[in-house]
Amino acid sequence: MTEPHSVTELLRADHLTRHFSIGGTLARGTLHAVDDVSFSIGEREIVALAGESGSGKSTVARLLARVYKPTSGTVAFEGRPLSAFRSRRDALRYSGQVPMVFQDPFSSLNPVFRVSHGVLRALKLHRPGLSADERRAEAARVFDVVGLGAGMLGRYPHELSGGQRQRVGFAQALATKPRLILADEPVSMLDTSIRIGLLNLMAKLRDEEGVSILYITHDIAGARYVADRLIVMYAGQVAESGPIEDVLAAPRHPYTQLLLSAVPDPKAPPPSLEALAAASGERGEPPKVIDPKPGCRFMPRCPVSIDMCGQVTPELKVLGPGEAACHVAQTGAEVKAFS
Amino acid sequence: MLEVSGLTVEYAATTKAGGESPVRAVDDVSFDVAAGEFVAIVGESGCGKSTLLFAVAQLLSPPAAITAGSVTFRGQDLVAMTDRRLAAIRWEKLSVVMQSAMNALNPVMSVGAQFADALRAHGMSSRKAIAARSAEVLRLVGIDAVHLKSFPHQLSGGMRQRAMIAMALLFTPDLVIMDEPTSALDVVAQRSLMTQIKELQREIGFAVIFVTHDMSLVSHYSDRLMVMYAGQVAEAGPTRRIFDNPLHPYSRGLLEAFPGIRGAKVPLQGIPGAPPDLSVIPNGCRFAPRCPAKMPECETTAPALLDRDGVDVRCLLYAPASAKTVPADNGPGEKPRERAQ
Repeated sequence: MTEPHSVTELLRADHLTRHFSIGGTLARGTLHAVDDVSFSIGEREIVALAGESGSGKSTVARLLARVYKPTSGTVAFEGRPLSAFRSRRDALRYSGQVPMVFQDPFSSLNPVFRVSHGVLRALKLHRPGLSADERRAEAARVFDVVGLGAGMLGRYPHELSGGQRQRVGFAQALATKPRLILADEPVSMLDTSIRIGLLNLMAKLRDEEGVSILYITHDIAGARYVADRLIVMYAGQVAESGPIEDVLAAPRHPYTQLLLSAVPDPKAPPPSLEALAAASGERGEPPKVIDPKPGCRFMPRCPVSIDMCGQVTPELKVLGPGEAACHVAQTGAEVKAFS
Repeated sequence: MLEVSGLTVEYAATTKAGGESPVRAVDDVSFDVAAGEFVAIVGESGCGKSTLLFAVAQLLSPPAAITAGSVTFRGQDLVAMTDRRLAAIRWEKLSVVMQSAMNALNPVMSVGAQFADALRAHGMSSRKAIAARSAEVLRLVGIDAVHLKSFPHQLSGGMRQRAMIAMALLFTPDLVIMDEPTSALDVVAQRSLMTQIKELQREIGFAVIFVTHDMSLVSHYSDRLMVMYAGQVAEAGPTRRIFDNPLHPYSRGLLEAFPGIRGAKVPLQGIPGAPPDLSVIPNGCRFAPRCPAKMPECETTAPALLDRDGVDVRCLLYAPASAKTVPADNGPGEKPRERAQ
């Protein structure tokens, strides 16, 4: 993999794979949730990881957060592989530097504690050198950074709106002086009118606090608004990646094209129902990747597939400013599957 | 076909002192739906959209109650109707698709068994007829009839939502009420589901009331749009008119709240703040605390819903009294001057 722009590499995943065994005694199978995924995240960079539900985005985040151990492949943070962690100290240090922000702000805060609880606990655990007063001051600082104000520290979760709760999630993550925040669909449960505020907050954390963010989402427009780079996942593999403006301006993988074509554009005149039906005549579903055979996983839904797609799994190769895993695009032909 | 007039819903609540202070979640809302029409209701969470839907379908449960207004469906007032008579209309003539298919389908019953339950409750007793009708509606939404034997957890999110829609269509209803049926889906599945709803609507001819907080979603699908804020109608009119020229600052804010995938990147603000707590309704305009175009009189004068060339809007910018701040000849193509700020 090449680095599209000169940023210092913070985290790198190489051939990351995670399988789950499923089924009972009679029908055993292996679900390939994440298959041979490689990418890197630079310093001060927001990388958007996009794809439909079931494409393996959240599994990637959990692998990076060490919730799951990879079946194979490695993750290295600041050049050091996670598998080399031996002590609790290593693990604690890593989880402070790479915290997670969860999707559902209604279930990720403990309702019986004030919202300061999570922040103060994180500070006590990860920065034991601070005195109680310093912890309070630091909690007030992170609440200020995320736009809540120190006055909110004494509130209970039920007193806050969804957007405010999600800001508490970011404040908790920020308390441990993170290098990289894993944000798993942090805005998808919020109203569209509130989302933009959270996206602005993520940009601010990158620009002012120097934090990198892995932004997991299925909202491409929102990703474009904040992210520097885009990784599109399909059925557990990377379909395409690259600088986000380049990928969106000229998507090379048919799946990226499908994803982009489906984003509603309210400013455009409404297409006829026939045009809509033709565009979404494709009613395919993302495959459940159980004991897959070699071949491109998007092929059943792809209008431009060639013979090779059914036999050989495409590899992610450099194409223009980014990379794509598509046999047709790799022949040099211009792919126009969905527009 | 459906006529809602002056509908008001209150949640009974008591103050700390023990007195009664009902919370008015839906305040004097009127609209109607013609046969075969697609009406979208948009607004943020907490602005009364779902309460309004539940009130229309007579599904409110205490402490919520309709305190004023009527819901006339095919000439009959649903508010005054007894439960027994309502039961005959619900599902057969008027069906509801709930927000979360994950929770709305029974996890321990197969899809087919749930379909059969509904059909039997409305008097279909022949097993053959039930099986035939169930398979038919499932095929209608593009799911193979073998999935009648499937349990909800065996279907993908998109399929579950489609199964819910199939269920709503069991009796060819006149009106289908949908509460954010696509919110759990990604864009590709969303578009395909929306298109399918439109196709079915054209085929079968039912009307749709569609509630969502994502304005961009309905831009290409709905005939009419109603923007709600704090329990009231902020703006209502033909969808295209509102998208091309939103009059109410709140509609404008909603429209400008999402970034595009094409064109220049512009910094957006969304709508700062949150909808008001309905138990302490501010004097004057309810949107005033968050409004970029606020004028001094907005703090004191509650705006009325005014008709402006076929679009109803509740904003003092368009009230005759505010002619001094906005040119009276402000045509429909023109944006109010406070726009730039």
